[in-house]
Amino acid sequence: MGRGQRGSVIEQLIVIALLALLVATAFTVVRLRSLFATAMLTGIYSFLGASWMLLLDAPDVAFTEAAVGAGISTVLILATLSLTTREERPTPFRPLPLLVVLATGAALLYATLDMPHYGDPGAPAHLHVAPEYIADAVPTAGGEVVHVGIENVVTTVLASYRGYDTLGETTVILTAGIGVLLLLRRRNGRTGTRG
Amino acid sequence: MRHQSILRIVSKLLIPYILLFALYVQFHGDYGPGGGFQAGVIFAAAFILYGLVFGLEPARRAAPPALIERTAALGVLLYTGVGVVAMLRGGAFLEYGALEHDAVHGQHHGILLVEAGVGITVASVMILIFFAFAGRGQRR
Repeated sequence: MGRGQRGSVIEQLIVIALLALLVATAFTVVRLRSLFATAMLTGIYSFLGASWMLLLDAPDVAFTEAAVGAGISTVLILATLSLTTREERPTPFRPLPLLVVLATGAALLYATLDMPHYGDPGAPAHLHVAPEYIADAVPTAGGEVVHVGIENVVTTVLASYRGYDTLGETTVILTAGIGVLLLLRRRNGRTGTRG
Repeated sequence: MRHQSILRIVSKLLIPYILLFALYVQFHGDYGPGGGFQAGVIFAAAFILYGLVFGLEPARRAAPPALIERTAALGVLLYTGVGVVAMLRGGAFLEYGALEHDAVHGQHHGILLVEAGVGITVASVMILIFFAFAGRGQRR
């Protein structure tokens, strides 16, 4: 996207603002009792996450997050809400889960210290197979045979190099759909025959 | 939502463009961000919006569940079918290069068909799940 490795100062400020909003939304979701507001806030959380991913130059992931996280899941959560109550039952404060979450979070934060910096060209992920994929995607000037020759490398990786994985994912989606139908429709039929 | 005229008219105006945008994302995935998965979700979102605003029964008429159940399986069948055709033509399973004489053309067509399979399955499953969820609330 024609940007430097680090990005401009303004971009960094936007990233910090987005991350701060993400944290604020997450805390609000935990604190709120109204399930309707919580459903809306999880949609907002997904949109903020999508904006952040866009700034990280991952438009494909941002696209999916906005469409699935903010769109479809919000609708499904709202549909579920119409079957249950709109208020969460108050739960007593228990210290053990909080401790587990804090310990896990601290461990994860500690682990990020070992990770390569964002955009580091020497990161292991950029040295393994990615250079070959990128070289394949760009048609050579001499008209040599390229393996795939499609401009969007993400599409190439998903559909061609990792074709098996994507086939598996599609099958998982179909299986999930069949599972939902088996669980929800049978009861529907029963109530239908009774009424 | 029988009398929400603003919602009804705005969604009537929007739905064709949502469907068009889904097709754009589907077939432009080679060049820009997007692909079968995103396109399928956007395509399904148009039907879900229709169902939310105009009611479940008109949405079921627009996308008959009996048909959608079949297309959900059809997408995976298309995907595996491309792989099997590549095998019949002497390549490995899902080796798109074997689909045509020119390996690059084979890759292009293979990816196009496979992404279409993903899009069909994702759109169908999302619509089916929405129908299943919304249908439960309606009966009670």
